[in-house]
Amino acid sequence: MKSNSFLYFIKEGVTSVFSHGFMSVATIAIMMACLFMMGGFTLLSANIQEMIASLESQNQVVAFVDDSLTDEEARSLSAKIEAIENVDTVEFVSREQAMNKFLKKYQDNTLFSDIDATVFRHRYVITMDDIEGMEKLQTDLYRVPGIATVNAHLEISRGFVTMRNIVTVVSIVLTAVLLVISIFIMANTIKLTSFSRREEIGVMKMVGATNSFIRWPFVIEGLFLGVIGSALAYLLTWGVYEILYTRANGTVTFAFVNLVPFSKYAVPLLIGYGAVGVLVGVIASSTAIKNYLKI
Amino acid sequence: MISFKEVYKTYENGTKAIRGINLDIEDGEFVFLVGPSGSGKSTLIKLITGEICATSGTVEVNGYDMTYIKRRQMPKLRRTLGVVFQDFRLIDKKTVTENVAFAMRVVGAPSKDVKERVAYVLELVGLTDHADSYPLELSGGEQQRVAIARALVNNPSVIIADEPTGNIDPARSLEIMRLLEQINELGTTVLVVTHEKELVNRFAKRVVVIDSGRLVGDGVSGYYNYEE
Repeated sequence: MKSNSFLYFIKEGVTSVFSHGFMSVATIAIMMACLFMMGGFTLLSANIQEMIASLESQNQVVAFVDDSLTDEEARSLSAKIEAIENVDTVEFVSREQAMNKFLKKYQDNTLFSDIDATVFRHRYVITMDDIEGMEKLQTDLYRVPGIATVNAHLEISRGFVTMRNIVTVVSIVLTAVLLVISIFIMANTIKLTSFSRREEIGVMKMVGATNSFIRWPFVIEGLFLGVIGSALAYLLTWGVYEILYTRANGTVTFAFVNLVPFSKYAVPLLIGYGAVGVLVGVIASSTAIKNYLKI
Repeated sequence: MISFKEVYKTYENGTKAIRGINLDIEDGEFVFLVGPSGSGKSTLIKLITGEICATSGTVEVNGYDMTYIKRRQMPKLRRTLGVVFQDFRLIDKKTVTENVAFAMRVVGAPSKDVKERVAYVLELVGLTDHADSYPLELSGGEQQRVAIARALVNNPSVIIADEPTGNIDPARSLEIMRLLEQINELGTTVLVVTHEKELVNRFAKRVVVIDSGRLVGDGVSGYYNYEE
């Protein structure tokens, strides 16, 4: 591309944004609304995922040691358990510690006042990297010699996995749908502006302009509108999220909701918004003038 | 050079617009293409500009066989043609200079060449004083002169004027024809589509008459006695 052509494309593209003021504002507003919805949903889904991950980390598997093992033998199983795949943390709880914990829990109940520590087993409290592998972990633990029984709440783990999968699928589908809608609306808005310029395009074709030469100013216009739209959408998302974050983390009503600070998502969201803005702008403007280039 | 050999054009709806036309227009000629409405004049022009393809026969324009021309060759062909429309097709938001320069810029001409060439063609069509005016500030005749300047600016070998005087008064029509004649004298082939018999007969030029898609007359001015 010659430098004077490049400057011409930039000048034409930018001039067109201002000379079609109303349509440009409409396109930016639509872009902003679509991206705001997409971003909002992404943040919601990210927060849900974060909450699920936090709940998952609290879900533990308890492996009880065979009574026939001595204290030393029981403690020595730690290394074998740690070596198992998907194991995050391993905590040895002796039968005395287990009894104390039990008594503490039922301290008002006189029935257990003279209970003996031999009733309890040595045990290991294990957390995992991925809750989805709980069933496999249970099987692996049974294979460790000296482990008598394993308590794993498989139905809870399955529930978490299902919930996580649903949130992932729904967020992907909704983001994709919103992306397609954004492209469609943007393309139609730009199509309206290019409809009024179809004669201009016709003249360009008649004097021998190549399709790419005609397309570039429109692409730059779309790109410019997309970038402005996405920048405004980003600022709007940031502002609204900060308000929600302050409210959720500062009131008792939302005490159960622990929102992730915006700073954690700031950069990926900025890249995402920028990429979507550029992509939607370019695709929409290219699609919009496609029909007029067929002369 | 423009050449039609046994050309037929039937549209998808079954309309037979051109029926076996044989026609040669040599370089440097001035030709009036006349005929009643619906006779096939516009179809003939569209076959030359590559907007449509012939159903059968051969159309050759400036060395390009229009049946086999590749899509990427079309801009090159069109740079050898200058088209003037009845409704001017100027861009209202651009000045006269910008409208003319636009045709050069879209083919990637350097800024220096654009400046020099635009000034030259505006002087040729007598619009130097209106260089900074907008199309809507000009009369019909002046707007058509801008359109001619735009068609001329890329130095095409053929100018095709489709009903160039259709939207202007008779006095201005004569001016436009004289301007086209002057352009022809500079060596450019000029093809003027019109149905203004009196205007045609004022110029001693070749007249090609078509009716119902057939060539029914080809001769010098005064020959145009065809009744619509």
